[in-house]
Amino acid sequence: MLCYNIYFYDRTGCIFYHEWLRPKPVKQGAGTLEDDQKQMFGLCWTLSNFCAALDPKGTDKPQLGAPRRIGQGCQFRSFTANNYKLHFLETPSGYKVVLNTSQDVGSLQETLAAVYDELLVARCIRSPLYKGPGQPIPNPEGFRGALSQLLRMRGVLPASQSA
Amino acid sequence: MVSIYTLYVVNKSGGLIYSRDFTSVAKVDLNDALRLASIWHSMHAISSQLSPVPGCTGVELLEADTFTLHCFQTLTGTKFLLVVEPNTPYVPALLQRIYEVYSDYVLKNPFYEVEQVIKCELFDEHLELAVRRHNV
Repeated sequence: MLCYNIYFYDRTGCIFYHEWLRPKPVKQGAGTLEDDQKQMFGLCWTLSNFCAALDPKGTDKPQLGAPRRIGQGCQFRSFTANNYKLHFLETPSGYKVVLNTSQDVGSLQETLAAVYDELLVARCIRSPLYKGPGQPIPNPEGFRGALSQLLRMRGVLPASQSA
Repeated sequence: MVSIYTLYVVNKSGGLIYSRDFTSVAKVDLNDALRLASIWHSMHAISSQLSPVPGCTGVELLEADTFTLHCFQTLTGTKFLLVVEPNTPYVPALLQRIYEVYSDYVLKNPFYEVEQVIKCELFDEHLELAVRRHNV
């Protein structure tokens, strides 16, 4: 079990990114870190629209391409590629959390909800130093430490991996 | 038991060449299906570019609230997408079987043009059979 990286988005873009391990550097992928974050957002956004449109049980699902409200229709949770797994959570307020891990990890929906609840809400949104959407998280060092600690406590981040 | 919803076959340039519902599911009209197929094709490519690990060949399994999508990509780039109920067992084996059926009754059909829409009766029949056998 390994954790690779994590992205936090609000409605303006990526507000926090952290990588524990990234064997394939950004240079071999999207090029720059900013492009990487934008592409990751696009991937998750498109896949959540894709899931809403494909939903085999939706009776009044949104038309593909039509504007979709957050949380409307079938939600995208995760995907598995041949060598990594991506977990996705979107909150009703539009915050998105994307976590990449190795494939041998089960569903992390609860963990991501805890990350939102115990970290993003507690340490960022409620913080008096936070200046609002689009602004960086106050005290990113403390946030990073708390994030690693939370994931370690939940058994997602192995003890052998450094923070 | 109903567990296999839909099969899509996407050619190597992202065009939808076959789609088939196995149970009554919420309708996806043909235009939307064509667009979904090409969206999947490009997201598949982007996911391997964004991979944090080298040697990624793309998404194999997508999980959503009400369905799971399994994707099998052949060496020539054709993709088989199977939309199933969450936690359906042995789907990769079924995809292998569908690939076999495709090789036997589509690719060996002298009237079939590669990368074009699949209209082969024998393929339909054997596909139906393979899925029914999987469901019991």
